[in-house]
Amino acid sequence: MASRKSTKKQDQGDKYSVLLPTYNERENLPLIVWLLVKYFGDSGYDYEIIVIDDGSPDGTLQVAEQLQKIYGEDKILLRPRAKKLGLGTAYIHGIQHATGNFIFIMDADLSHHPKFIPEFIDLQKEGGYDVVSGTRYSGNGGVYGWDLRRKLISRGANFITQVLLRPGASDLTGSFRLYKKEVLESLIERCVSKGYVFQMEMIVRARQLGYSIGEVPISFVDRVYGESKLGGNEIVSFGKGLLTLFATT
Amino acid sequence: MTKLLEWLLGVSLIGVAWGLVTFDLLDLRLPPVYREVAWPMPVYLLVAFGCYSLATVGFRVATFNDCEDAAKELQAQIKEAKEDLRKKGLKM
Repeated sequence: MASRKSTKKQDQGDKYSVLLPTYNERENLPLIVWLLVKYFGDSGYDYEIIVIDDGSPDGTLQVAEQLQKIYGEDKILLRPRAKKLGLGTAYIHGIQHATGNFIFIMDADLSHHPKFIPEFIDLQKEGGYDVVSGTRYSGNGGVYGWDLRRKLISRGANFITQVLLRPGASDLTGSFRLYKKEVLESLIERCVSKGYVFQMEMIVRARQLGYSIGEVPISFVDRVYGESKLGGNEIVSFGKGLLTLFATT
Repeated sequence: MTKLLEWLLGVSLIGVAWGLVTFDLLDLRLPPVYREVAWPMPVYLLVAFGCYSLATVGFRVATFNDCEDAAKELQAQIKEAKEDLRKKGLKM
């Protein structure tokens, strides 16, 4: 496929499939798609965006259909499911329809900015990494919109995890990552956790299986529209998940 | 080997070494000063690790980057995106 700009490295036949699982993201979806198109367009890499909507009652799918008309059916693929079925199966569902040899996983709520995508791709090419993970915890990475409590919990949980699991990656619960397609497939097959722990299990198992991991510092801007959640339940389930990984990996 | 087993192995190695010196299990007739240093060592190690943990987490919380610029940039781009999308015919 011809790219708009003929800059440097895009003639290697690599294609990037972005998986966007959505649930009630009517406000955010057009914006994240617009940003993805902008940064992929500027960098000239071949890409597709796969929207996996889990039956959002707010009409996310209708918005996605409009976006498909605007940007074309080769760029925006809609792979909706009837109801909320969880993140792991959403990725499996998305991968089945992905034509790229690399897969981007990110949140559709604008907390992950597509401007970092070229950095992910460059680092992957440089080091030949199996996984490139965005990190809020090292280099110029950071967060916006977190109060002291949230920062403390996040840093504390990250420290305990680093001590117990020594995973060789600084951001375990982040979900802005680039995978080689076959690596993502083999990881998803093995991962059983839900929620925050799912992302952590993915990176821990990646290390366990000997996959190489690169890291790109990212700025995480907490959701602009909608509620961000971190309550007692999340903390308890994180603790359980951590102990499970501690005993089984 | 799971991380749990690695930890148990590490802790028992330290425990054995500590027991050997503190109770002189091998009858090496170590000078008493060895024993005096060794017996409170587990507590010292725990306290030192606790201090290290608190200091590390405290430092990392205090130096956690606040990405004000990233938030401003995003807000500006959201505006731009909304206008552009409206021009392209998107009904929000």
